[in-house]
Amino acid sequence: MHIAEGFLPPAHAVAWGVASAPFVVHGARSLIRDVREHPESTLLLGASGAFTFVLSALKLPSVTGSCSHPTGTGLGAILFRPPVMAVLGTITLLFQALLLAHGGLTTLGANVFSMAVVGPWAGYGTYRLLRRYDVPLMVAVFFGAFVADLSTYCVTSVQLALAFPDPGSGFPGALGKFGSVFAVTQIPLAVSEGLLTVLVMRMLVQSSKGELTRLGVLVASAAGRRAANPAETADSAEAVTR
Amino acid sequence: MSRHAKINTLLLALVAALAVIPLVFGLGDHKEEPFTGADAEAETAITEIDPDYEPWFSPLYEPPSGEIESALFALQAALGAGVLAYYFGVRRGRRQGEARALARLTAGAGTGMDTGDSGGPVGEAPAVTAGAGSGGVAGTPADTGTGTADGGGADSRPRG
Repeated sequence: MHIAEGFLPPAHAVAWGVASAPFVVHGARSLIRDVREHPESTLLLGASGAFTFVLSALKLPSVTGSCSHPTGTGLGAILFRPPVMAVLGTITLLFQALLLAHGGLTTLGANVFSMAVVGPWAGYGTYRLLRRYDVPLMVAVFFGAFVADLSTYCVTSVQLALAFPDPGSGFPGALGKFGSVFAVTQIPLAVSEGLLTVLVMRMLVQSSKGELTRLGVLVASAAGRRAANPAETADSAEAVTR
Repeated sequence: MSRHAKINTLLLALVAALAVIPLVFGLGDHKEEPFTGADAEAETAITEIDPDYEPWFSPLYEPPSGEIESALFALQAALGAGVLAYYFGVRRGRRQGEARALARLTAGAGTGMDTGDSGGPVGEAPAVTAGAGSGGVAGTPADTGTGTADGGGADSRPRG
């Protein structure tokens, strides 16, 4: 659930737009480079964007008695690194702002910053950190997606609290208020997103070993792993040599 | 049902349970309007904090009714699900084709025509591939990747 159209004062709207723009531009560059260097990954890129599309459309009830939706940015961030998700997330947000009156154009900068910049980076950072300590792949994927989802809405709460500090209790009071609306609602949804991301990653491990190896999600170590899909052995071998 | 499929089904069931529990236990009952969107609640919170605030911009296009809006949300989900399904369909077809081509090659290709095994070894495709194709790497059929993770390398991403 994003900040609605017109609900950020102009100065804040512009500031968040300025903050987001470089990430989106950089993301677009790295997306174009990725596609040019590895045309074969276009399909998986599309699938990652599609995952964000599906999850952003799923409004789910939560324990707080209100509804919100996951973001789906964790998967793409883990597969293709966060800059690419800055672009794919922005596309999703634009679709919703233009056709669904969900989010908005004036709040696009702020919503991009939370969902397409901070979410993917926080999720990717969590994933990499856990992998560094040899946490099993699927556990790291779960927490990566969980953090990407939850951090998005924590940022949304901060953005609103900055724009609308409580007259009595100031910024912290407003943060508590918006946090209870957004962040708490989001906790069970973030768990759902983690589970769904693990599900898709399991299907990818089964169907796209070569691709995952090239992207560095799987390590091409065991010969058997590669032999399980000989057509992709070339890819895997390539990944080893690099 | 394979172990892989069982775990996937369990994951889906957990997600469904997480969505249903708030409804079944009536966790929205304390509200005037249960299960509204969090964004609408945020708008309410804003007007509580700053009663004078007026949204200074309105959406260029607004779905004229709840029905149209839900149709557009369904369209969004369907587009995404369609692309995802296409991806996994392509990958699966590719693997089956490879497995079949290899099976034909190793069978000596004597009979020429490959009759009637279409839609055949769905579940076994990777196993067939591993056994027939990689000659010498024995005992891998079970290793079709059930997500138990590759053992390790911490710094696994090869790109700069």
